[in-house]
Amino acid sequence: MARIQLRGVSHRFDTAGAAGADWVLREVDLDLTQQRIGVVGGNGSGKSTLARLLNGLVRPTAGTVLVDGHDTVREGRRVRRTVGFVFTDPDAQIVMPTVAEDVAFSLRRRRLTRPQVAEAVAQALAQVGLDGLGERPAHLLSGGQKQLLAIASVLAVQPQVLVCDEPTTLLDARNSRRVAQLLAGLAQQVVLVTHDLDSLTGFDRVLVVDGGRVVADDSPGPALAWYRRLVQ
Amino acid sequence: MLGLYHPGTSVLHRTPAALKLLVLAIVVLPVAVWPVVTVTSVVAALLLVATVTSQVPPRVVGSQLRPMVPILALAALFQGLSGSWVGAGALLASVTTGVWAAALVTLTTTTTDLLDAVVAVLRPARRVGVDPERVGLVLALTIRTIPVLAGLVEEVRQAQAARGSRSLRAFAVPVLLRTVRHADRMSEALAARGLDD
Repeated sequence: MARIQLRGVSHRFDTAGAAGADWVLREVDLDLTQQRIGVVGGNGSGKSTLARLLNGLVRPTAGTVLVDGHDTVREGRRVRRTVGFVFTDPDAQIVMPTVAEDVAFSLRRRRLTRPQVAEAVAQALAQVGLDGLGERPAHLLSGGQKQLLAIASVLAVQPQVLVCDEPTTLLDARNSRRVAQLLAGLAQQVVLVTHDLDSLTGFDRVLVVDGGRVVADDSPGPALAWYRRLVQ
Repeated sequence: MLGLYHPGTSVLHRTPAALKLLVLAIVVLPVAVWPVVTVTSVVAALLLVATVTSQVPPRVVGSQLRPMVPILALAALFQGLSGSWVGAGALLASVTTGVWAAALVTLTTTTTDLLDAVVAVLRPARRVGVDPERVGLVLALTIRTIPVLAGLVEEVRQAQAARGSRSLRAFAVPVLLRTVRHADRMSEALAARGLDD
């Protein structure tokens, strides 16, 4: 399991010197060492930015983010091999026309032989329950299947950590449950940003983000109680 | 190309993609520059044999040619009225055989194999600053983005219909904005998959 450390992290988007640009995140200090970590917060609270900081997709304006001691800014590529990322909209994440090809695409730079790639693809698809759909055009999959494919494409490279930014927001209840169950059963460390509070059952730790600050950091019971009070 | 690959084990399926692309060029070139009945007939006969042995159902091959029909009909009509009807027939035959050959390549080759072939062919161009992997990635993204954009246009069209709007501007602006947003998200996703250099 990787150790993710945030030290004095603040972030604001570059608004070309606009006066009064708001900070999206302010002075966040965290050690993420648990196996299952949930992140909740309202729209615009800064939780998606927090998620993107964990694999260097967003560079902090101030402070440092370290994954197993590697700086996400200076060693971004190395960090991204350790930390996989699943986005809300799988259509933006799927690159290749067919299911198997998209998973194989993740392995292009691994210098594997064709049989090794085929085996890794089959394993990743079986892991998410898409075995037998390898030749299916990606654009003909259902929304739930697309999200499972996006997850399979990330899992194929065997990251140590999976950061998921609202992966069930565009899905119906059945597919949301399917994705949540899949994430719950993974061997990887999972950081899940979500509005679906039920999907955090059994998690080790939940962070509540509001106004760019982590306002609660506890086990799911107390943290979610705090969050419910916050939104009422 | 939009996931049209038809799985199979025929000789055509097993032929390396680079060789298929080379043969495609060899087949299309003479038909295009020398559109006489003899050449086109020979090429069509070869394509017929290739189609029969490819294990791809003829209706699937036919569905690749169908979208060309209106364009071909218009082009032939124009050629017939402004030139000769023999020329129109030659034009029809040459374009049809070209598309037929390209369809056979597409239906029997995975996009990954095609990209690998493109990357291999472009490798010597590295010396003049061309990055073959990047060209392959651009091609893959182009292919993948077509159905995404089609879906996006349909969403905007339905939203417009729901509001009873027929304004071209009210259609074009959201399509453009969503396209840019999709490009932005895709670039972020590529970076997350380690393709950010």
